[in-house]
Amino acid sequence: MELLLHQVLAGLATGGIYACLALALVMIYQAIDHLNFAQGEMAMFSTFIAWQLMELGTPYWIAFVVTLAISFVAGVLIDRVLFRPIHDAPILSHIVVFIALFGILNSLAGFIWDFNVKNFPTPFGSRPLLGSGLISSHDAGMIGVTILLLVFLYVFFRHTRIGLAMRAAAANPQSARLAGIRVGWMIALGWGMAAAIGAVAGMLIAPVVFLEPNMMTSVLLYGFAAAVVGGLTSPGGAVIGGFAVGIIENLAGTFIPYVGRELKLTIALFLIVAVLLVKPAGLFGRRVVSRV
Amino acid sequence: MKMHKSWLFAAALLGGAALAASPAAAQKKYDPGASDTEIKIGNTNPYSGPASAYGVIGKTITAYFNKVNAEGGINGRKINFISYDDGYSPPKTVEQARKLVESDEVLLLFQTLGTPCNTAIQKYMNAKKVPQLFVATGATKWNDPKNYPWTIGWQPNYQSEGHIYAQYLIKNHPNGKIGILFQNDDYGKDYVKGLKDGLNGKLPIVAELPYETTDPTVDSQIVNLKASGADVFFNVTTPKFAAQAIKKAAEIEWKPVHLLNNVSNSVGSVLKPAGFDNSKGILTTIYLKDPTDPSWKDDAAYKEWAAFMDKYYPDGDRTSTFTVYGYLVAQTLVQVLKQSGDDLTRENVMKQAANLKSLELGMLLPGITVNTGPTDFAPIKQMQMERFSGEKWERFGPVLTGGGGAS
Amino acid sequence: MKEDLALAHGLAARRLPFANLLAGWRPAAIAVGLVLIVLLPFVAKNFFIFQLTLALIYAIAILGLNLLTGFNGQFSLGHSAFYAIGAYTAAILMDQADMPYYWTLPAAGLVCLVSGFLFGLPALRLEGIYLALATFALAVAIPQLLKSTPLEPWTGGVQGVVIIKPDAPFGLPINSDQWLYFFTVAVAIVLYVCAINLVRSRTGRAIIAIRENPIAASAMGVNVSLYKSLTFGVSALYTGIAGALGAIAVQFVAPDSFTFFLSIALFVGLIVGGVGSIPGTLVGGLLVLFVPNIAEEVSKGLAGAVYGVILILVIYVMPSGAAGLARLLAGQFARLRR
Repeated sequence: MELLLHQVLAGLATGGIYACLALALVMIYQAIDHLNFAQGEMAMFSTFIAWQLMELGTPYWIAFVVTLAISFVAGVLIDRVLFRPIHDAPILSHIVVFIALFGILNSLAGFIWDFNVKNFPTPFGSRPLLGSGLISSHDAGMIGVTILLLVFLYVFFRHTRIGLAMRAAAANPQSARLAGIRVGWMIALGWGMAAAIGAVAGMLIAPVVFLEPNMMTSVLLYGFAAAVVGGLTSPGGAVIGGFAVGIIENLAGTFIPYVGRELKLTIALFLIVAVLLVKPAGLFGRRVVSRV
Repeated sequence: MKMHKSWLFAAALLGGAALAASPAAAQKKYDPGASDTEIKIGNTNPYSGPASAYGVIGKTITAYFNKVNAEGGINGRKINFISYDDGYSPPKTVEQARKLVESDEVLLLFQTLGTPCNTAIQKYMNAKKVPQLFVATGATKWNDPKNYPWTIGWQPNYQSEGHIYAQYLIKNHPNGKIGILFQNDDYGKDYVKGLKDGLNGKLPIVAELPYETTDPTVDSQIVNLKASGADVFFNVTTPKFAAQAIKKAAEIEWKPVHLLNNVSNSVGSVLKPAGFDNSKGILTTIYLKDPTDPSWKDDAAYKEWAAFMDKYYPDGDRTSTFTVYGYLVAQTLVQVLKQSGDDLTRENVMKQAANLKSLELGMLLPGITVNTGPTDFAPIKQMQMERFSGEKWERFGPVLTGGGGAS
Repeated sequence: MKEDLALAHGLAARRLPFANLLAGWRPAAIAVGLVLIVLLPFVAKNFFIFQLTLALIYAIAILGLNLLTGFNGQFSLGHSAFYAIGAYTAAILMDQADMPYYWTLPAAGLVCLVSGFLFGLPALRLEGIYLALATFALAVAIPQLLKSTPLEPWTGGVQGVVIIKPDAPFGLPINSDQWLYFFTVAVAIVLYVCAINLVRSRTGRAIIAIRENPIAASAMGVNVSLYKSLTFGVSALYTGIAGALGAIAVQFVAPDSFTFFLSIALFVGLIVGGVGSIPGTLVGGLLVLFVPNIAEEVSKGLAGAVYGVILILVIYVMPSGAAGLARLLAGQFARLRR
């Protein structure tokens, strides 16, 4: 049973990583109604910027805040510059631009900072939490920050005017315009926020997986799965989805005999698909019913 | 007198023909890719994609050939090194290899990187009779001159290394229980086989856990390894995952006898991110001079290497053993080409590659030489063990020869 | 949406939208095209022929994806899985059962038809992004399954399987590259003609109707579930045959040759060629093969970035893909003629 406990806790820790990124994915989905495949690379690039700032001598928290600001602006710019010209194009074409962005960011990061892994500091320290060998303080800190972000997003969307305006713009752009909402800027704001959340995710994840241009590719797989299983319309669902994916994956790897270890990812993903078959809009997503 | 003249004429013709056929005039022989002025060499390396960290090797080799060219080339010929990106994807390697051989018409392929990538082109290269020299992988299967006479490896193969670790364990930790973390591909499985063969059942393996390159972390596996009761850890991971494994093991306070595979023993790329304190006591093998080892500071060969890096590859990572690797393997090829002289046919080049006798290269450890023969396609077979002191690697023990041979 | 409706109208009218334009030229154009195709291997280098063969193979794979995503509206990120299944079926049959290469194509097609259909059944409940995830799960799972120990005796595990390229039959005086090119062209022609006929038939209209408005379609008597699953199967069949051809062309299959990056490449090829356009898949195939090479030539260190920039420019210039651009130009041309 001790192994079970350990694996669950380890799963919570890695799940924290997925939950973090899943939050960013859901954020952008709420704003633009599609999934940003380049979210992981944007987060990675932001983390490199933070690392570079620290290499130049900036203290951690200042670098953190500056990176958030830069990421926010970059997110807005990417929307305004890259996606505005094609906003009339079919949805599938947008996805190609996401993929292109992925390639550009990955390649650029490799060119500027090379592919060796780099250490990224954590504000939480990496001693085991409370002296126990169960979970490190960084992992606990990561889970804490994710939950904080979640609360922030919840409050933002439910209880602020801008949040409401953003939801309106995403749900029904035509009506929102009629109500006086600047839909274009709402979308840009959504992008900026998603980029900033992604940056937070990247800076939390890098101490665990080590910073290098390919660090987010695998996390993106899991984050994607987590966001979907939780329900793309629900930030809370995304977070729970992240933890669930982390735990399932670890348990599958440990306890399913023979093939469990080799097929961890497969099993986790198929379990998710099974969940979707039962609840096609995700665990906490709302089924959108449209009148025909 | 006309008869005399025609006889003279015939004699002259015959004499001229005899002269033309004499060995002195038949010296220069070229296959596609070689000429009086240049030798074209082809290569594929992962400059993009998941294995892009290894692209440093390709860059180092390019820099070294620039140096050779600046110093006059080989026997008066410049090296034209054409290196394409294959993103570590075998179908792309096939395409690029065919491009190099059929379109660019190179003389040979050199240091193509990656076990699956080289497997993909091995049959093609041998069918086309184009040398596939000094492949950048330690898989044991490249030492097979009987079936694949055109393919030859270079570095000590993974199974040999596994054997060396096995011998060390049998001698020093006969009651140990082994836990293995390995990358779930050719490279990882080769190491595991080497260790198992070398142990021959003498020590139990209580956990054998794979990971995929698509896994974000190996933390879960480390937790499992500790839980399995293993007190010996055979760490068969590539640099990023090696760093993660070392860090996590320290975090959960698991302190086994830690055997780290040669691929990930770089101070700069692995131990520094993982934390020097966490890496104390780790064991590995080495066959070249690690540039982070201060005992080479005044060594002539090291200084030469450092000067090369300064002049031709200033952006290169001096703490990475990949740059030394690239330097050494390029020197090996240069030796082969020098030995080929003016007979730059593929057959002769291959013959010379299989004819390296006690070749000493400065940046190899003292006592280690490059040796090949018609039935011996394993150029480097020797390694030495070293231990990390918390600051640097310290070699100990004799230079060993691994037992793993051709499979 | 407007463009998609126009396409549906155009197809429903049993004519390609620019058929009017090319009516007189069509037979001549096809004849010229065929002559070029036949002559090409004898004037171009072997390596270029090999590349063209690969491009055509990718085009067939994209055609499969197009049937599902373009014509039926089911979003799939998992076609690398069917490509892999087709490739491994061919490789295993050739390596272990000594089956001649031409029989492996129908075998691969059959295996993929069945697996595609079986996958399509549960996928019926999923829409849009959720279906994308499910297919993505498939794409990620397949390399892992291929590597796994229980399947190793057949798949060769991580080592993969090496196969031999066939030589020209009947002792024809052409080399194996040229032969494979002709073989692939022949298979492609058959597959493309079948696809065009399928799309223009009643079945095709039903498939497109499901994409446009599933509720209306089922109100009109179309068995939506059956057609959706069948389309999955047929789409997988096409991509599987492409995979088998790919295995023969490259002569090697390994789990790492078929990662989800392949799925993404096929997807990009589909969009750039033009969703819902059959000729567009040829453009897509060419793009998948040649643009990465072009990007590398521009800048080795930043090849990925150059590739991304090229993609973005392509989408800006042709937001609906090459087929969309062709339609636009044909429309302008027709207007000029009047």
